[in-house]
Amino acid sequence: MSTPLPVAMLAELFPNGISHYAIGGLFVGLGVAVIYLGTGITAGASTFLESTLSYGSTLSRFQQYRPSRDWRVVFTLGIAAGAAVYAVTVQDGIWTTDVQPWRLLGGGILVGIGTRVGKGCTSGHGVCGVGSASSTSFVGVVTFLLIAIGTAQLVQAAGVSP
Amino acid sequence: MSADHERHPLFMPLIFVGGLIFGFGLGFSHMARPEVVLSFLQFEDFGLLFVMFGAAIVTGLAVFGSTALRTTAPLTGDTYRRRLKTLDKNVVIGGGIFGVGWGLSGICPGAAYASLGIGNYAILWGIAGMFIGAYVQGFWRSTRAEQRSPTTAD
Repeated sequence: MSTPLPVAMLAELFPNGISHYAIGGLFVGLGVAVIYLGTGITAGASTFLESTLSYGSTLSRFQQYRPSRDWRVVFTLGIAAGAAVYAVTVQDGIWTTDVQPWRLLGGGILVGIGTRVGKGCTSGHGVCGVGSASSTSFVGVVTFLLIAIGTAQLVQAAGVSP
Repeated sequence: MSADHERHPLFMPLIFVGGLIFGFGLGFSHMARPEVVLSFLQFEDFGLLFVMFGAAIVTGLAVFGSTALRTTAPLTGDTYRRRLKTLDKNVVIGGGIFGVGWGLSGICPGAAYASLGIGNYAILWGIAGMFIGAYVQGFWRSTRAEQRSPTTAD
């Protein structure tokens, strides 16, 4: 029995289905929407890094985020708590990555530099910025998406796994 | 944005609830798992497109629909504004550096905080890295002699 071609192609592009991705995405957007409608703030996740550094550093670069640092900590605690709710209700226990520590640390350093220099991350540019139809954010997203794809393919081609 | 905004009794609870829904979504979408992000970047599973664009569409409805009802947000009195940043070479340079980091590790800021929430303690390597990176760029930019106009980022 042969599967109709479009269905077979979809199955190949989305081997794990699309429902949990789509539903998860709707929740991510809903979280941003709730904060925006209540406060007018378009909340991105990466400014937390700089704003939190203002608690321990007097550098002007971090001190400029003093007014927003408290709620950014609350936002981040909310993100971790929301994921924990998912872990106990749907995921059925904790999950840990097999990606090697050097990749997480090295990648994390570049993410820390890049999102701050580039004015946003996957949520700031990718969700809030694209949702605002910002041409700057479209440029940011296309840039980091293409470079990330190239990097991940190179790392895979070099035989690094996981 | 001033600290006065945080005086409304519902401000912090609302931020927390918004974060809660956001984090639940990141967990549910599997974006908090670096392996899943890497499988997307390696063209093995395109499902992650639904996460970012699904979230952007819902956010877009809020951003463009909000002003139909009122002009200011109830908890802060702030005018509803789109998230618009100025386009300069930093957006491309920073985006490129972020892209290398994202492609190497499979982690981005929001997903990393959520990853800790799903029990992935190994992600602390990544979170430590992000703080180091944010500090390095802040130190570098603060100590540069030339005066730059202040920029903000999310």
